[in-house]
Parts: sequence; structure tokens; C-alpha cells
Amino acid sequence: MSHPAAYRASHTAYATATAAASATHLSKVYGQGETRVVALDSVSVTFRKAEFTAIMGPSGSGKSTLMHCMAGLDSVSSGSARIGDVELSALKDKHLTQLRRDKVGFIFQAFNLLPTLNAAENITLPMDIAGTKPDPDWLRHVIDTVGLSGRMSHRPAQLSGGQQQRVACARALASRPEIVFADEPTGNLDSRSGAEILSFLRDSVRELGQTIVMVTHDPVAASYADRVIYLADGRIVDELLRPTAEDVLDRMPRPAGHPR
Amino acid sequence: MFRTALRNVLAHKARLMMTALAVLLGVAFVSGTLIFSDSVGSAFRNRMTKSLADVAVSVDSTDGSGKGGKSALDARLADRIRALPGVSSLRASVDGTTIVADKHGNAIGNAWGSLGANYAPGPDGKDSRYPLKEGHAPANSREVALDTKTARHAGAGIGDTVRLATDGPVLTKKLVGIVTTDDPRVTSGGSLALFDTATAQRLFLTPGHFTELVVSAKPGADQARLTRQVQDVLPKEGAEARGGAELAAEQSRAIDAETRAIANTLLVFAGIALFVGIFIIANTFTMLIAQRTRELALLRAVGASRRQVTRSVLVEAGVLGLVASVAGLVLGLGIAVGLRSFLNITGAELPDGPLVVSPGAVLSSLAVGVAVTVLAAWLPSRKAAKIAPVEALSTVDQAPSVRSLRVRNAIGILLTALGVLTMLYVATLKDSGGLVPAMAGSALTMAGVIVLAPLLSRPMVSLAGRVSTRLFGVTGKLAKENALRNPRRTAATASALMIGLTLITGLTVAGTSANEGMDKIAGQDLTADYAVSMATFGGLSPDVAKKVAGTPGVAAAVPIRSVGFQIKGAPALMTGTDVSAIAEVTHLTFTSGSAEGLGSGGVAVSETTAKAHGWKVGDRAELDFYEGGKEHPRIRGIYADNDVVDDAVASTRLASRHISPAKDDKVLIKAAPGRAEGLDKDIKAALGGNPAIKVQDRAQLRREDAGEIDTILNMMYGLLGMAVVIAVVGVVNTLAMSVFERTREIGMLRAIGLARSGVKQMVRLESVVISLFGAALGIGLGIFLAWSSGHLLRSSFPQYSMTVPWDRIGLFVLIAIVVGVLAAVWPARRAARLNTLEAISAQ
Repeated sequence: MSHPAAYRASHTAYATATAAASATHLSKVYGQGETRVVALDSVSVTFRKAEFTAIMGPSGSGKSTLMHCMAGLDSVSSGSARIGDVELSALKDKHLTQLRRDKVGFIFQAFNLLPTLNAAENITLPMDIAGTKPDPDWLRHVIDTVGLSGRMSHRPAQLSGGQQQRVACARALASRPEIVFADEPTGNLDSRSGAEILSFLRDSVRELGQTIVMVTHDPVAASYADRVIYLADGRIVDELLRPTAEDVLDRMPRPAGHPR
Repeated sequence: MFRTALRNVLAHKARLMMTALAVLLGVAFVSGTLIFSDSVGSAFRNRMTKSLADVAVSVDSTDGSGKGGKSALDARLADRIRALPGVSSLRASVDGTTIVADKHGNAIGNAWGSLGANYAPGPDGKDSRYPLKEGHAPANSREVALDTKTARHAGAGIGDTVRLATDGPVLTKKLVGIVTTDDPRVTSGGSLALFDTATAQRLFLTPGHFTELVVSAKPGADQARLTRQVQDVLPKEGAEARGGAELAAEQSRAIDAETRAIANTLLVFAGIALFVGIFIIANTFTMLIAQRTRELALLRAVGASRRQVTRSVLVEAGVLGLVASVAGLVLGLGIAVGLRSFLNITGAELPDGPLVVSPGAVLSSLAVGVAVTVLAAWLPSRKAAKIAPVEALSTVDQAPSVRSLRVRNAIGILLTALGVLTMLYVATLKDSGGLVPAMAGSALTMAGVIVLAPLLSRPMVSLAGRVSTRLFGVTGKLAKENALRNPRRTAATASALMIGLTLITGLTVAGTSANEGMDKIAGQDLTADYAVSMATFGGLSPDVAKKVAGTPGVAAAVPIRSVGFQIKGAPALMTGTDVSAIAEVTHLTFTSGSAEGLGSGGVAVSETTAKAHGWKVGDRAELDFYEGGKEHPRIRGIYADNDVVDDAVASTRLASRHISPAKDDKVLIKAAPGRAEGLDKDIKAALGGNPAIKVQDRAQLRREDAGEIDTILNMMYGLLGMAVVIAVVGVVNTLAMSVFERTREIGMLRAIGLARSGVKQMVRLESVVISLFGAALGIGLGIFLAWSSGHLLRSSFPQYSMTVPWDRIGLFVLIAIVVGVLAAVWPARRAARLNTLEAISAQ
């Protein structure tokens, strides 16, 4: 696994049996009685290894909730959420935190870098927290891939938004997590920077064999994915493989009150 | 705008809590002090008024005190005053020092409060000053009465034998009566023994004489006229008559002056506490305004003027200050009550009385609280006014622009340099004349360091951070980075802690050095094993030295008596002693000549004295004694300056010619080899177990001075403790603000795998780093100031040399770390409990 080429997966990888993460009859309910809101209603989905999945859906469809539950950031009301073969609902906070640290990468809409650390320190932060040493070859490769080799000693304030998000991507990938969750990673970027980030994410799946799950409501962003899952009212309503932007737009569910 | 300000206070209740606490504590200190001193002052005045209620005229003797003395107040004079029209009764009293022994022969109470007096029955056969509780009044020379407390300490009941001493040998008397008294000398830690008038006169004066005559007037008599009449019958000299009203006014003034002096001392410390509070208030308002930038810009955009924005911030501060001050006032009432009980427990015996809450105390406490808060919020409020309306329109939160510290650093360097230069100048001075520059220099240096603190924070916090990173890894590094993120805030927080620690360290170093100096005095020249001296102010009868010398195990008992004289107008002291034995109790090193020949009328002088007057061995010294006599003894020796003897040493016989009555100040004792242990008991026994005579070993002699310094130091610690507590509140405040501001970061850290314990540790380490920064500044500055000011003592206290008590300094550092950890408890828990999801999406 030391050479990135080893990750190069054939793109007919649907045959790959092992799942990076999966949900089975996953439900998430907020509140009780009259204020009861079902955010996820018995969702079952599998995120396969080395696949780039986009979760789409209108506001309130449950797409963020699904991601939070799958990433171990939020608790599950019923059903099961697994990363690899670890059942998340069985874990207490301490182990969930360890699991996030060791097996999950995050990319947020608002970059969420520590302003006090420079780019290099931000990238190695998860490993510093874990107290492990990053693999230097891999780290260099990731940094080269995001194209920031010259800016490693810059602090976030000295970087543009696109550059900051590339640092965040590198941070998510640097510890070779089993799965990376990206929450609207291009939401705060101009279209050019956004395209760079999305290409980078797609490349990391194709070339490095990374598994990525991305929540977005931008059809263009979703078109970079291998697979698009549509959520509405807490359920999976549609799925699309190897889409183009037009495909994604065409298949958008249009519930009343949400004209698109 | 007022409503906006009020709403803001309510909206930020939690965040303002720590600030309010800081104001509250400061105001509580101020109001507690004011209420306490008012109450105690009024209680003292009440008691005084009561005790002076039937004093129309008081006649005091102005000379002839002491045993064998003849005061101008004799029985004939008393009778003549009694016969004056308008006089209803006269109480003739005679008093002096009387030490009562407890079961073990030790003195009860402190020497200056050990009162002996006559029981002076009035026309009804009772003495109104000392109401009898039990038994009867002493009626002859074998009887004595004690007050309740003294009797209890002596473990004596009616009919028991009591041992006591005035300035002579031990007296044994039968306890016949127990009285109560409200004499402040007795109630505040002294003791009381009452004799019949003839016995008291024999003990304290001469039969037939008194120390005070108290005249009561007939109803309707004019006090001023009566005073004049009394004055007319008094002899020209030796007595003085004063009206009761005049006496009351005088004592009232004295009480006021005393309580005010205490209050002023306490208020200085309250002021320090409030000053520390300023940093916390300023920190809070700076942060609140930074957070409300858009809101304030909106106000400006809809037409509020700069002044209105400033005013709204100041009103907010005022409301906060007022609320906190009212709460502080309530706490202050509690402090005033508590302080009195506390002091009473420790034996101060303050009189009871109602709590006096004067409008002045209330108003000034509230005014101080509000003023301090508004003042502290003033700079932040000006920043608020500078917010441009256009900032309301910006959609993203802009990072607050970091204002340059250049001007601040320049001012800081200037102030610090001025302060340090002043202190270095002070270090070259040799006497207490440098007190004013020393205080100014200290204040300047402190102010300079406070202004410079943001600049200093970078290297010092980085250093601490390197250690914390080494020890705790990434949380240590994040803690360091967080502490460095806002240098102004970190500096203000640390400065608050620094102020208290500077004073504490400075006082500790000075106190320890003084103690060491005293040790040197007590230790270096003295070779005696024990010293015998009088617990009262009188000297020892020459018998004592003889008795001690005869005690088995005593190798030498050397009497020491001092007498003042002049050499060509320059004052000096002579030690009269047993010149043949003085070498047993002190290292007397002769630089020329020797002690030989001192026994036959010669004199030895110290090196300093010899040098000052150009004397050599063989010269004749011209000594002018204060009481009139002159001596021209030959100088037999010159010795290196010595702390046991004075400027000159001569035989007891020579010195005693100029001392009356001839008494020893002390007797220094050298034990026979191997007999030192426990010899004090034998000596005490040889002296008849006299409670008025102290036998002290070397350690006790040393402790006598050291104890005083330690007591003062402990009091200072207590008083400065409040400033430190407020500084801790400031650290809590800063951390809480940091956690609040960094909610999203903490959420992200949790998401990417930092455990709750890691978050806690990060906040805790930030707290420790800030505390250590403050401690380092405070301790460094304290040592520097103590070093430079210490030179002022060189002339009056040559043995003083600076000693840094590293164990205590280490303790302070440890305390700073503990303070850091404790201050972080609540903010760290809050940070760790943040919901990860909500935190990430927080603004």
C-alpha cells in the first residue's frame, strides 16, 4: 500500500464486495410528540470502497443528517451505521472520537482550519492528535497532489479560500482514512476553485483508491461523483451512476415548494 | 440607547458574570472595610462614652511615676478637691504594671496590657469601675482581686493563692474577689489585678499618693467651671486637670484616627483589588464589542452617532457596575460581620455594637464600583465608536484587524526604562530618604511592564509553550498558540495576576531578608545560651544577676545595663557590664588594646566610635552623661563593632554612677559545658518563678523579632489574596471568552478526533501558560523591586542583605500552576461538553 498506484482501482469497481461504510434501516428522529421530526426514515445504503458518492437533496431532506450519522458525529435513533465492520451505534463518545480520528476524514464547507497553525501543521493535525507519525512519502504525495508544496508554512489567513480548502482536503487524506466525508466542500468557493477541489477529490478516488462521500446540492459538483444518491423527506428516492451534470439536473426530485 | 444597553447586559448575562464577580469582590472589600471600621469605631466610642459618663473632671499626674515615686496627687489634694462645691464624689486611683502568673509560672497576657490597680470603693463601698462578680474586694495587703479572664487563665478560684509580680520579687496573695472590666488594655489581651489602695500605692508609687483623680459632679454643676476650680487647687507642676467633655472629645479623636488608619490601610488593598478588576472588565468589554461589531455598525447605519454608541457601551458598563456593586455591598456587610468575629476569635476582643452602615459608606462603595467599571470600559467604548457603518453590510465576519502594538510598546519601553533607572538610582541610596523615589520607581516599573506585557507575552508564552508541547504534545501546542493569539488579552489577564504576585514576592523577599538580618544580629555576636529580662518595661533588680550566678550549671551570668551619654554633643550608648566575664557571652574582638583595665575605671570603645572621634588606646574619653555627670576614663581598648554591646563598654560600677535606679536591662547567661539543656527551668526556679521575668534561649530571642515579621507577612498575604482571587476570576473570564469565540474550532477538533479529555487539556494548558506568564512577570518584578529598595535599609539595618527564599518562590510558581488548573475547570468543562455538530456550525 506504499505506492499510490496500488490504489488505482478499475472503474468497474462495483464488483468490489467490501463496503467502506453502510447504513441499514437507519432512522434519526428529533424531538417528541408534536415536535417530532423524522430526519432519516429507515435508510439503507452502502458506500463502496474507492467510490466517490454524492448525496443530493433539498434542504431538510436529511442528507446532512445521513452524513453526520455515518461519520459518527450524531447518534442514531434506530437501525445500524457501520464504518468498515464497526457498528457505530454501539460506541461511546470516547471510541467514536477515536474512530473519527483514525478512520474518517472530514472536509467542511467553512474550511475549518486552525488559524494559529500553518498549512503543514493543519494537515498533520489529526495524526498529531493521535500521536502518530505521518508517512512522509505519502504526505509529500498528498501535498503535491493538492498543489500546495510552496505554501506549507503559510497560515490560513495568508491563503485564498480555494487554497484553504485544498489544505483541508490534504488534512482529510493525510492519515489515509477509510472514508472521507465532505460537507458542501465547494459551498464557499468560486466556481474555478470549486472545480479544482472537485477534480482533486475525484482524482484521489481514481488514483489513490480513497472512498469519499460528499453532501452537496450543486448538480455540477455532484456530476464529479461516481454515484449520486437523492434524498427527500429522509428517504433515498433515486440513484444515478456515472452522471453528467445534465443527468443530475434532470433527475432532481422537485417536491412542491422547492422549485429548482 | 439606554434600552439597548440594558438589553445587552441581559443578553450577555453569562459572559458578564465573571466581570460582575470581579467588581463585586472589589466593592465587597471596600464596603466591608468601611462598614467594619465605622462599626468598630462607633462601638469603641460608645464604650468610651459609657466609661466617661460620670467623669466631670480628670486629674492626671504628670511626673513621679514608678515605685517610690511621689506624684503630685496625694491624699490631701484629694480631700481638697472633694471639698469643692459641685463635687459629688472623687475616685482616687493608683495603677501600674502587674504580671500575673499562670499555673506554670508564665505571664498571662501581653506585658503592655498587664494592669495592676487599686480597688477604690465609692460612697456605697463599691468600685463602679470594677463591678464585683464573686467574693469581696481586697481589703489588706494579703488579698487580691482578678478579673474573670485573668482568674480563668491563672486557674484560680476564690480562696486560691495567686502569684504575681510588679517590678520586684514574686508576690503571693489570696484571691478574694473576681471582677469584670471593660478596660480596653485588659480586654484586648492583657490581665488585671486589684489591690487595696494602700498596697497598690506601696507597689506602684509611695503611700498616700495617686496616679489619677476622677471627679464626679453634682447634678447641674457646670463642668467647665468645675474644671477651672479643680485646676486652681492643683499644685503648679506635676498635675493636670481636664474636663470630661474635653477628655471624651480627645479620646473620640484618637479612636477616629486609629480606625481611620486601619481603614486606610485596608482600603489600599481594596484599591489594589479593584485595580486588578479593571483588567478583567476591559478584557470583557473589548471582546463583547468585537463580537457585536456588526450590530454596532447597524446602529451607526440607522443613524446613531458615534457618541451614542460610546454612551450605550458606557451605560452598559454602568448598569453592570451598579448591579455588581449592590451585590458587593451585601457581601461587604457579611465581610464586616465576619471580620469582627474572626478578629475576636484571634483574641482582638473588639467591643460589641450594632453594625453601622453609614450612607457615606454605601454611596462611596457604589460610586467606586460603578466608576471603576465605567472607567475600564472607556477605552473599549471608544473602539466601538470607531466602527464604520459599512461593516454592517459585510456578510462574512471579518477577522478583527490586529492593531499595531508599536505605540504601546514604545510607551511601555519608556515607562519601564524610567522605572528601572529610578530603581537603580534608589539602589545607590543608603537611607530611607529614598522612600519616595523608590515608590515612584516601583509604580513606574510596574506600569511599564503592564504596558509591555503584550510584547513580552510572545517570547515568554512561547517558552512555556515549548515545554507544554514537549510534555503534552498537540494539545500543549494548541494551548500555546491560543494563548499567543490575542496578545493584548493574554497580557491583560496575566497582568492582573502579576500585580498581586509582584507585591507578594517583593514583601516576601524583604521579609525573609529582614529575618535573616535579625538572625545575624541574634546569632553572630551572641555566644550566651540564655538571656533573662523583664517582661515589663522596668529593669531587673541587681539581685537577679546574683541569684542566677548562684544557680548550679551557670558558668557566667553577665549583667548588661545601658546608659546614654554624649561625646561633644553626639549621642552614644554605654554598656555597663561585668567586664571580666563579658567575653563569655559575646565575641568581643579587640583591634587594639584589651579588656584589661576596664575593671579599674577604664573604658573600651567601638571601632566606629573611636574613628569618629579620632581616639586611640591610651587617650582619655570625654563622656557627658545625660543625667549630668561627666567622666574622663582612659581608653583601654578598641573593639570591632558588636551587636551585644553598645558604643562603649565599662564596668557596671562606672555605668551605674549615672543610672538611677540602678537596674540591669538583661542578664546574659553562659551555661557550664553540657549543662545548657533545660537550664532555663532551673534559672526560673532560682528566680522564684517570677512571671515578670523572661528567660529566653537563643532560638526564642531570634523568634521574637522573626515572629513579628512573619505575622505581618501573613497579614499581607491575606490582604493581597483578594487581588489574586480577582485575578483568578480574570483567568476564568478570559478562558470562557476564548472557548466561546473558538466554538467552531473546538467542534472541528472534536470532529477530526480530539477527545473530550484532549479539549479539556488544551483549555487547561492555555490557562496554566497564561498563569505562569503572569507569575513569571510578578515574581521577576517583585525580586527586582525588593532588591533595589532593600538598599534603603543599609544605614539603619546594616545586617540586611537580600535573601531570595527560593522555596517560597517555588511555592508561588506552584500556586500559579494550581491557579491555572483551577481557573480552567469550568471553561474546560464547557468546552468539552460542546456538541460537536452544533459547534461546527456555530458562527
